[in-house]
Amino acid sequence: MLRKLWCAAALAAAVLPARAQESDAAKLREELQQLKQQLQKMERRLQETEAKSGKAEESAARAETTVTQAAAQASSRPQTESALNPGISAILNGVYSNLSRDPKSYRINGFVPTMGDVAPPRRGLSLGESELGFTSNVDHLFRGTLIASISPDNDSIGVEEGYIQTLGLSHGFTVKAGRFFSAVGYQNQIHAHAWDFTDAPLANKVFLGNQLNEDGIQLKWVAPTSLYWDLGAEFGSGRAFPGGPAGGVNKNGFGSTNLFTHVGGDIGASTSWLAGLSHLRTAPQDRTFDDLDGTGTLVTNSFTGTSRLWVVDGVLKWSPNGNSTYNSFKLQGEYFRRTEDGVLTYDTQAASLGPTSGSVSSRQSGWYLQGVYQFLPAWRFGYRYDQLDSGSFSLGGALTAANFPTLGSYNPSRNTVMVDWSPSEFSRVRLQYARDYSRQGQPDNQVFLQYIVSLGAHGAHKF
Amino acid sequence: MNSISRMAIALATALLAFPAAAALNVFACEPEWGALAQELGGDKLSVYSATAALQDPHHIEARPSLIARIRNADLVICSGSELEVGWLPLLLTQSGNDRIQPGSPGFIEASQFVVKLEIPKVIDRALGDIHPGGNPHIHLDPRNIAKVGDVLTARLAEIDHANSGFYQQRADAFGKRWQAAIERWQQQAAPLKGVAVVVYHKDMSYFINWAGMREVGSLEPKPGIPPTPTHLAELVDRMKRNPAKVVVYSPYNNPRAAQFLSEQARIALAPLPFTVGGSDKAKDLFGLFDDTIERLLKTAK
Repeated sequence: MLRKLWCAAALAAAVLPARAQESDAAKLREELQQLKQQLQKMERRLQETEAKSGKAEESAARAETTVTQAAAQASSRPQTESALNPGISAILNGVYSNLSRDPKSYRINGFVPTMGDVAPPRRGLSLGESELGFTSNVDHLFRGTLIASISPDNDSIGVEEGYIQTLGLSHGFTVKAGRFFSAVGYQNQIHAHAWDFTDAPLANKVFLGNQLNEDGIQLKWVAPTSLYWDLGAEFGSGRAFPGGPAGGVNKNGFGSTNLFTHVGGDIGASTSWLAGLSHLRTAPQDRTFDDLDGTGTLVTNSFTGTSRLWVVDGVLKWSPNGNSTYNSFKLQGEYFRRTEDGVLTYDTQAASLGPTSGSVSSRQSGWYLQGVYQFLPAWRFGYRYDQLDSGSFSLGGALTAANFPTLGSYNPSRNTVMVDWSPSEFSRVRLQYARDYSRQGQPDNQVFLQYIVSLGAHGAHKF
Repeated sequence: MNSISRMAIALATALLAFPAAAALNVFACEPEWGALAQELGGDKLSVYSATAALQDPHHIEARPSLIARIRNADLVICSGSELEVGWLPLLLTQSGNDRIQPGSPGFIEASQFVVKLEIPKVIDRALGDIHPGGNPHIHLDPRNIAKVGDVLTARLAEIDHANSGFYQQRADAFGKRWQAAIERWQQQAAPLKGVAVVVYHKDMSYFINWAGMREVGSLEPKPGIPPTPTHLAELVDRMKRNPAKVVVYSPYNNPRAAQFLSEQARIALAPLPFTVGGSDKAKDLFGLFDDTIERLLKTAK
C-alpha cells in the first residue's frame, strides 16, 4: 500500500511539471499570437492612415520600422513579477587612510564624546560601510524607502533609514514615519556617499554624533508661495545622541522634538540658495560616555537632563545659466549652538574614585564653511574650515574639573582640502588632506584616498 | 523707511507672490512642453518651465524654487523615460501635491504616448547613461508634438471642465496650423534626406529619423560621457576617410569638441536650437523647427 502511494506520488511529481511546462508553452504561444495580431492590426491601421494622407509609397518602409519598433517596445515590457520590484541600489566605498596619529586615540577635546563612532577609519586600506537601498511607491498613497548599512568589520547590518512617506496628501503636506535622517541642519540629511568630503564636519561629529537618524514621525508643510518656504516638526524616540540612552527613552511619549523651517529660491538663472533654522530638543536619561579621568583610568560617566541645539544652515549653488555639466560652485555652511543642563554622574561603574553626582551646565558652539568648485566636467576641488568653541562648562556639587580632564576648555579646528574625479554620475574617486586639531596640542595629518560607486537604480539627490 | 522694514516688505511681497490664482498652473519639465501648453491653453494657463534651453535636462538640481512651483501645479508635463530621473522624483515626493503624482490626470509623461526610438537591447551602465525605456528626446519629431498635444488637450479639459470647449477650440486651430507646418517642413527638409550627421549627444535622433538623415557618429564616446581626446581623434580619423556632411550640437553642450571636429575633419558645423528658446528664432515650437531645418539646409548645400 505504502509503495503504491509512493509510486503514485513519484508519477505525479514527474508528470505535473511537464503539464505545467506544456501549459506555460501554450500560454506563451497564445501571447505571441496576440502580439502578432496586435502588430498586424497596427500595421493595417498605419497603412490606412498613410494611404489616406497620400503617402502610400513611403508607407511600406515606415510601417516596417514602426512595427519593429512596436515589437521591440512590446517585448521590452517586463511581464514577470519582478516588474514590480522596488528600485534597488547599492553603494560601495573603500578608503586608504594615512594618519599621523592612531585613530583609536581620536578625541575631540572640550566636548562630551557622542555615542556614534566619529573617529577616522583605521589606518591603511579599509572597506567603508556598504549601503543597500530599496525604494518604491507602496500604492497611490505611500512611498517606502529602506536603506541598510552593512558594516564590514563586525558583520552587522544596520537600518540607516527605513520610512514611509505620504504621496496622497495635498496643500503641501507630507508625513514621514519610521527611521530617517533628522532635518536638523543641512548636512545631517545627506547620505554619506553624497558628502563633498570623506568625513563629516567636526560640528556634526560633536553635536549630532556624526549623523542623527531618529525613529519617529515628521510632518512638513510647504507654503503656497513662489519663494520656497517650509515648516516642519519631528517627534522622535531620542534613540541617539544628543538624546539617549541608546535605543530611546523608556516612556510612552517622545524623547526628542525637532522644529525646522527653510526658505529658498533662485537668484537669476545661475544661482539658487536654501537657508534653514532648526531647533532640536532632547531630554537624555542616563546618556553615558566613556572617558579617561584625572587618574588616567577609563571610567563611565552619565548625563540626565535637557539638551537644546540650534542650527542655522545655508547652502548656495552656482553654475553658468544653471547648467552644472561643466562648471559649478557650491558654498555650504552651518552654525551650531547647544546648551545642556542637568545632572552629571562621574564613574558610575566605580572603576576609579567611585560615583559622584552634581549639576552640570554647558553652552557650546561650532561652525564650518566649505566650498566646492567643479573646474572641469569630471573634476572638483574643495576646501573646508571647521571651528568649535567649547564655551562654558560649569560643574556643581561634588564634581570637579579634575574628574573630566578632556572636557577642559579647548577650541578644536580643522583645515581640509580635497579633489575628486567623477568619470560618470555613478562613480567618484577622491583624494583628501586634512590637518585636524581635534586633540589638544596633537595635530593629526590625515590623508584619505577614497572611491564611492553606486549600482542599480538611479538615485535623486536633495538640493 | 529703515532698511529692516524695507526688507520685511520685500520678503512679504515675495512670500505672497502667488501665481495668478485664476489660471491653471502648468509645470513643464522642459521648455518644449511649456511652449506646447501655452499654444493649447493660452491665457487660461500659467506655464512654468523648470528648465531652460541652456540647461541639460539630465542634470538639474531639485532646487527649492522648483519644489515651490510643483507644490502649486495643477498639471505636470515631462518627457519621461528616465530623462528627469535625477530630480523629478524628489520634486514629486516633496511637493505635498496629490494632483500631480504619477497615475493622476495631472501628470503627463509625454514619451509614453509616442513610438520611441533606440530602445536598448542590452541594458548595462558600461554602455553609458542609457535610458531603458528608449531615447527620451522625443520632441524633435513634429508628429510627436501633435500626439502629445492631443493628450495634453484631453487632460486640460479633464482638469478644467469649465474651459474644455476653449481648449478644444484652440487645439483644433493649433492642430491645423501644425499639420500645415509639417507638410511645409517635409518639403523644405527633403534635401536633408540621406545627409550624414555627427551629433554631440543622442538628443537629435527623432529629428534625424523624421528628416531621413543618417547619424554616423557622436562626440560623446558613450551617452552621457563627455567627449574624450582619444574618442575625438578616432572620430576625426573616421571622418577623413568617410566624411559626414555636418556636425550638430545643442545649446547646453560645450561647443569646443564640435568645433574641433569641424576644423580637423573640415565638415560643416551647425549649432541647433534643440528646444524652444535655444536660438533667437526658436521663440515657439514653429520657430524651433523652422530654425532647425534652416540651419541644417545651409550646411547641406
